[in-house]
Amino acid sequence: MAECHPVGFQWVIEARNRGAKVIHVDPRFTRTSAMANEYVPLRAGTDIAFLGGLINYVLSNEKDFREYLIAYTNAPAILREEFADTEDLDGLFSGFDPETLSYDPETWAYEGAEAAPAAGRRSDIVGDSPPEHSGPDQYGSGGATIGAKPKVDPSLRHPRCVYQVLKRHFSRYTPELVEEVCGVPPEHFRRVAEAITENSGRERTTAFCYSVGWTQHTVGVQYIRTASILQALLGNIGRPGGGILALRGHASIQGSTDIPTLYNILPGYIPMPLAEHELDLDQFVQEDAGQTGFWGNMRAYLVSMLKAWWGAAAAEDNDFCFDYLPRLTGDHGTYQTVLNQISGECKGYFLVGENPAVGSANAKLQRLGMSNLDWLVVRDLQMIESATFWKDGPEIESGELRTEEIGTEVFFLPAAAHTEKEGAFTNTQRLLQWHHKAVEPPGEARSDLWFFYHLGRVIQRKLEGSSEPRDRPLRELVWDYPCEGEIREPSAEAVLAEINGRGPDGPLSMYTQLADDGSTSCGCWIYCGVYADGHNHAANRQPGSEQSWVAPGWAWAWPDNRRILYNRASADPAGRPWSERKRYIWWSDEQRRWVGADKPDFEPTKAPDYTPEPGAKAQDALAGDNPFIMQTDGRAWLFAPAGLLDGPLPTHYEPHESPVANPLYGQGQNPTRQVFDRKYNRYNPPDGVFPYVFTTYRLTEHHTAGGMSRDLPYLSELQPEFFCEVSPELATERELEHLGWATIVSARTAIEARVLVTDRIRPLRMRGRTVHQVGLPYHWGPNGLSTGDAANELLSVVLDPNVHIQEAKAATCDIVPGRRPRGESLQRYVDSYRRRAGIPEEADR
Amino acid sequence: MSSVYRLSGLLADPAGEAGYRDDHPERVGFFTDTSVCIGCKACEVACKEWNLVPEQGLDLLGQSYDNTGALGADSWRHVAFIEQRVPDPSVTSSGTDLGMPGIGAPEQPAAAEEGSGMRWLMSSDVCKHCTHAACLDVCPTGSLFRTEFGTVVVQEDICNGCGYCIPACPYGVIGQREGDGRAWKCTLCYDRLGDGLEPACAKACPTDSIQFGDLDELRERADRRLAELHQDGVGEARLYGRDPDDGVGGDGAFFLLLDEPEVYGLPPDPVVTTRDLPAMWKHAAAAAASVAATVVLSFLGRRR
Repeated sequence: MAECHPVGFQWVIEARNRGAKVIHVDPRFTRTSAMANEYVPLRAGTDIAFLGGLINYVLSNEKDFREYLIAYTNAPAILREEFADTEDLDGLFSGFDPETLSYDPETWAYEGAEAAPAAGRRSDIVGDSPPEHSGPDQYGSGGATIGAKPKVDPSLRHPRCVYQVLKRHFSRYTPELVEEVCGVPPEHFRRVAEAITENSGRERTTAFCYSVGWTQHTVGVQYIRTASILQALLGNIGRPGGGILALRGHASIQGSTDIPTLYNILPGYIPMPLAEHELDLDQFVQEDAGQTGFWGNMRAYLVSMLKAWWGAAAAEDNDFCFDYLPRLTGDHGTYQTVLNQISGECKGYFLVGENPAVGSANAKLQRLGMSNLDWLVVRDLQMIESATFWKDGPEIESGELRTEEIGTEVFFLPAAAHTEKEGAFTNTQRLLQWHHKAVEPPGEARSDLWFFYHLGRVIQRKLEGSSEPRDRPLRELVWDYPCEGEIREPSAEAVLAEINGRGPDGPLSMYTQLADDGSTSCGCWIYCGVYADGHNHAANRQPGSEQSWVAPGWAWAWPDNRRILYNRASADPAGRPWSERKRYIWWSDEQRRWVGADKPDFEPTKAPDYTPEPGAKAQDALAGDNPFIMQTDGRAWLFAPAGLLDGPLPTHYEPHESPVANPLYGQGQNPTRQVFDRKYNRYNPPDGVFPYVFTTYRLTEHHTAGGMSRDLPYLSELQPEFFCEVSPELATERELEHLGWATIVSARTAIEARVLVTDRIRPLRMRGRTVHQVGLPYHWGPNGLSTGDAANELLSVVLDPNVHIQEAKAATCDIVPGRRPRGESLQRYVDSYRRRAGIPEEADR
Repeated sequence: MSSVYRLSGLLADPAGEAGYRDDHPERVGFFTDTSVCIGCKACEVACKEWNLVPEQGLDLLGQSYDNTGALGADSWRHVAFIEQRVPDPSVTSSGTDLGMPGIGAPEQPAAAEEGSGMRWLMSSDVCKHCTHAACLDVCPTGSLFRTEFGTVVVQEDICNGCGYCIPACPYGVIGQREGDGRAWKCTLCYDRLGDGLEPACAKACPTDSIQFGDLDELRERADRRLAELHQDGVGEARLYGRDPDDGVGGDGAFFLLLDEPEVYGLPPDPVVTTRDLPAMWKHAAAAAASVAATVVLSFLGRRR
């Protein structure tokens, strides 16, 4: 966090100075480790074993927050007799189909509940390489619908209740196993376990912060699930000082999921409709809206969005233009798109502030895809590698591609930086923070808003008079933002006002005002209220000294300016604070409403003793002590009865490429991971040709794939070139010299890097076996002032099945002293490795 | 008024000593608390941006994450990174273990044996703005001067590039810019101070490792912080350059360190290089007098 989020890290330092204990778990010793009270090195790709060990410690020592657990989680829910755990099936759950390498989740449901219909329906989208189906990111933020509320055993003694199933599932995740898998000594593990459990409960809370070190794995979603289970067991969700905090890769990544740049969701986490399945609005809403919980109002959210997009054209009698929405025909994720470019299906590509020729896994695959397009638009601050690969990329150097044979027409359009335009950043705390323009963009540089607005305007003009039905969604789109100044910059605030939404009486102030009859419009229901009363609340900057400690006057948080989600859980089931020290939101009998320093993330006047009528819908179906209001049962899920493609509980699987076998199960890897074994994307077998683990990461001095830093002298001189980090022991083993060169090889290619020998990287001892790790910062490419090979050249494309994220944080390699071969000999060099590893060679001879 | 300009020893008011009237502003400085430095180098970049200091070249030094190397004409802030292997991760894995009440079982000797503990010290170095600044004493043009804030600044339009100040600095702070010839160093953002702003580095520092303020107050703050750390069991914490009684009369920019100064590349006992100048002049004068006397005597003798 100190490494990649130094500004945010000031609050960690402040907390530490006030007595908080900071524990840092990471394969490499970073600037964060330097500031931590406790640093725990572990083998890359083994965090589920580590967190699972903590869960087992909590359960076997009864360190859980029992009242919270029983009232607010699904620990007491009873599962079906047919459910079988990984402990029963040697690493598989019940419902696995070895033909399609996918699960039928029917047996994971609660006893007496219907099978989860959504999961079955969703998973029948299959791409060209099984198992490539779309996953739980299509359920919206509420997760999958479950058919009914579970039967529960509050005593937690029922052998099939979630609590008991969980206990058994993690029973072998002992400190000794943690050592065997992660390389963390048992006494060190115990220190962490004790620190976390002693700092959780009524009086204290513990927070987890993570970043892509957790997500970029073939089990990335399950990493986060493991942390969720641990935090729910300890009662650390919905309470001040608790939570699981995702640190984003750069500014407004949260915003770009809220108003998504993802293919499979619409603004506000509404799922994108499927081709052939969701023919009309009724059908769509019926299948996707949770029947209970706030997702029960999805029709209002969606109709309001359609009204924001198509205005007067969206009416009751045409389904509010629901038909105009694009439809999913399969996996259109970034890696599938690249494969489709190579196969010739995808012909055009926009790159907006993204440099996949350096920043994406298997960078070569990215360049090969971009070399096979009709057109490519690159909007960036600098001439990044993704704009110039056709003339000076690694494939040109190696002779694999020739500039004159690349048909892609590349358009480079200079972009305005954040200081040269207005807009909102949404950070990980869901805070929308407005930034004002400081200077005009130089030359022809323009904001993304300018580009897309004027592009849309020109397209609309070209379609004037068209009578093609397919053009109607574009022709009827409301596209009328006021423009300002010499460069005709569209008003960002007008866009914010549209996102906020309007009703018959002007700007809306809260999403509960949204209607499903077309009387309201709202571009993104969770952002409704950011422009309440026609005021830009994202620009609020009330100083901390002039307001409460929760600071509601600083910017605006979605939804409804609530600073902690699910904060009803900060009070006990009767509505009283769990403790004075951790009081946050509580029920006031005098005022008959929830009160406290934050806004309640709960219906403000729903009493703790409210019990729903049978057959109640949406939020009315949730009781006064159901804090998790977006879930259909109002509870935090320790066990996910529906919604995940790779199992209802997290399980330690080895990374796709690993030098060791899974000590827990016969099933080594996530059986449902997405594998693309083909030319240009071969995988390292676990046979000793690639004996070392490598992991990729960032440095404070550079920004992601370098587009914002490698052209700046003041940043480039601070980290002037690509390097790898190795331990003194590995340096000795492979005769690597400090500041000398090393060549690092995988089945994909070989890259070279200067060597930093450092005690910050250490060999891990895992019960008699030593594993060496190589650290690779991934910022570099051939362009700019500070240059070097791109670490992502080494990675393969292998994905998590749920969200299609690449496994970039754990893979295997070889490392040898000296520089890599150049030109055609590079391919022959890598082929010699492929030959030894028994995988197909690729060089054209 | 004393006619002797003091080159060493206790001196409470260097600005007053330099001739500013009694209503001159309070002496200001930096307190750099390295126990919270995260090595982000924002200070280096902010300094260069504000002061238009040129890039000093792309050179991978291999000194941990430090590719700046040292203070000089083109580096007015320099963050040092020191990697240390320490025996026991539970005691010293953190730069400042706060000595929170021990949690869990007492340390197993096994962990200590591994010697796998690691400490990564980071510290942002800068011109010390000494109470007795030798650079200023030796400057023949008056380019280096004491400001009303008690800081020491080079005036770029007066410096003639003689370079006397460079060996005079006991910390090796000042450098001569290539292709320019003049001497450059931290101005403590003299231009910003005049506008009531804090220096760029302190403004940019996310963790308040670099604190700017009135020197007297910073010294009190540093004493409190040191006491806190000592109370928390960080016995190795110490202040550097805080003592007005040291060889430079105390630094205007002083530090809280977690190890010996040498570890950070700082001289352990800096002395203003002009301290002995009066004595040297006395010796020189005596020597000159005796030479003259000998010469005179020899002439006198010849006449005889």
